[in-house]
Amino acid sequence: MTNRSKLTGFWYVLPALLFVVTFTAWPFLQMVWISLNEWSLITPPEFVGLQNYIDAFADSQFWISLRFTLKYTLYITPILMIGGYLVALLVTPNSGLSRFTRTIVFIPVVIGLGASSFLWYWLFSPNYGLINKFLIDLGIIDTPILWLGVDADLSNWAIIISVTWKVLGFGMILFVAAIQAIPHEITEAAMVDGAGLWQRVRKLILPLTRRTILLVTLVSVIGSLLAFDQFYIMTAGQPRNLTATSVFFVYLNSFPYLKLGYGAALSMILALIILGFTIVQMMLTRRAET
Amino acid sequence: MTQVSLPQPVGTDLELEMEAVGSAHRGGRFWSGRSRYLLGAVSIVLCLVMLTPIVLSVSASLKTTQEAAAVPPTYFPSELSLDNYEKLWDYGSGLPRYLTNSVITAFLTIAMTLILTVPAGYGLARFPIPGKELIFVFLLLALIIPYQALLTPIFLMFSTLGLTNNLFGLAIVHTLIQLPFSIYIMRNAFEAVPRELEEAALVDGASTWQVLRRVFLPNMVPAIITVTLFAFVMSWNEFLGALVMLTRDTTLTLPLVLAAARSVTSLGSTDWGMLQAGVTVAIIPCVLFYLLLQRYYVSGLLTGAVK
Repeated sequence: MTNRSKLTGFWYVLPALLFVVTFTAWPFLQMVWISLNEWSLITPPEFVGLQNYIDAFADSQFWISLRFTLKYTLYITPILMIGGYLVALLVTPNSGLSRFTRTIVFIPVVIGLGASSFLWYWLFSPNYGLINKFLIDLGIIDTPILWLGVDADLSNWAIIISVTWKVLGFGMILFVAAIQAIPHEITEAAMVDGAGLWQRVRKLILPLTRRTILLVTLVSVIGSLLAFDQFYIMTAGQPRNLTATSVFFVYLNSFPYLKLGYGAALSMILALIILGFTIVQMMLTRRAET
Repeated sequence: MTQVSLPQPVGTDLELEMEAVGSAHRGGRFWSGRSRYLLGAVSIVLCLVMLTPIVLSVSASLKTTQEAAAVPPTYFPSELSLDNYEKLWDYGSGLPRYLTNSVITAFLTIAMTLILTVPAGYGLARFPIPGKELIFVFLLLALIIPYQALLTPIFLMFSTLGLTNNLFGLAIVHTLIQLPFSIYIMRNAFEAVPRELEEAALVDGASTWQVLRRVFLPNMVPAIITVTLFAFVMSWNEFLGALVMLTRDTTLTLPLVLAAARSVTSLGSTDWGMLQAGVTVAIIPCVLFYLLLQRYYVSGLLTGAVK
């Protein structure tokens, strides 16, 4: 049955293989080709070699978008990691309240980023939103703050708050699983030795969950580098495209502007950046297993 | 052979559950006595903070039109009303049309994902295939290339095939997003089934297809639920692909309707009450499925996030 079953197994995998060839590999090759052309959909494509890539590096908006995306990633990642870990420590014991808290903190993770962005777009609205209303009622501010679309940094922070609410539970659940997977005897022994909680966290729990911390960090970093929905919905790139992230910039060029060649080149650059992080992630996964 | 670093199944135990793993962590062990009360209080505050936005959104959706547009806003409705839902129901091509679009897209995504990944997981886990490692890397290609970067060529391909403004076209995009995770889950689940079960059936002369149906599928139920759940939530919520692929009003899915519904009043300003009614409609099925199928969600995340 050896020969036949080699082929049999292949037949089962074939449909998925064809799908990936047609809808991932082939589009990817096309994208490489498109990125070497100047193409606006109305005119036929014209081969320009690496010109689109050269243009990208000379385009100030390319750098603005990339820098803004990196800044967003740099700010939100430690917040999500530290926040998620602290919540995980809080809810690790399997008491009723802990389980309940886990369930509640995880709820926003299952809500769409689109829906949550529209929710926070309203909460942050200057006159109609409840955040300004609350701050005014508390006497912290006198006039409404223009959270979104006026100042790039303030918009960034408002969006970071909304996304933190939305995805904090993701890291929490993985951290809880990692902390709970630490053999009971180890923590028990440390407690007998009189180690306080802080010492146990620092000397035991953090090192033993290092792999999960690295993985969650990478998943968050990649997700943040690909941010789009929240910015498209909450600031539409305003002011002056200062809050247009890299994916947003690709989208703008490819679709509303129909600069297909340029958009493809930008996509390639973005894909390469992400590829770098993904390779690191996979190496970490593999190394941790062996 | 030069090997591309590849994620391997971390544990064959798909049903790994935090409750089971953490049975040792009974309440008092982890935190010392007195701090437990403080931490209990912190937990409660945290729950309130997490729930507040949802509660406020739902209650805003139940305000009257005037109250929803009031400056300064009220925290809670002084009088309950379904005005906003009535407006949403009749908005554009009508909410029933948009809901149908979202449901059809999600259903097609789930169907395609399962049709592709159940056999693929079976093949990868249970058969010797030449170059299997390489095939597996290839199947996970979409993990390495973000779909956000592929939308331009896919859009061009779909416009020649007539798949733009088409829910099947969008479902293809959603399937390609969901494929790597689902293949990974399926392969792990197939690997977890004991070999004896399979061998007994093969000795009885069953074909591999019959073995898949009779022996494996009953054991695949948790994995199928996990894959279905994640495919549904992703497809129901996905924004960018839909934004690119769908432009005709009658084809829009729910997330796009929210975007369109943002500027609907005569002055181009936002109907806040209707927008929050839309948010509420969009989040209800996701939260409901999550609460019902929480353990599949968690096990999927634990297996898949390590992908």
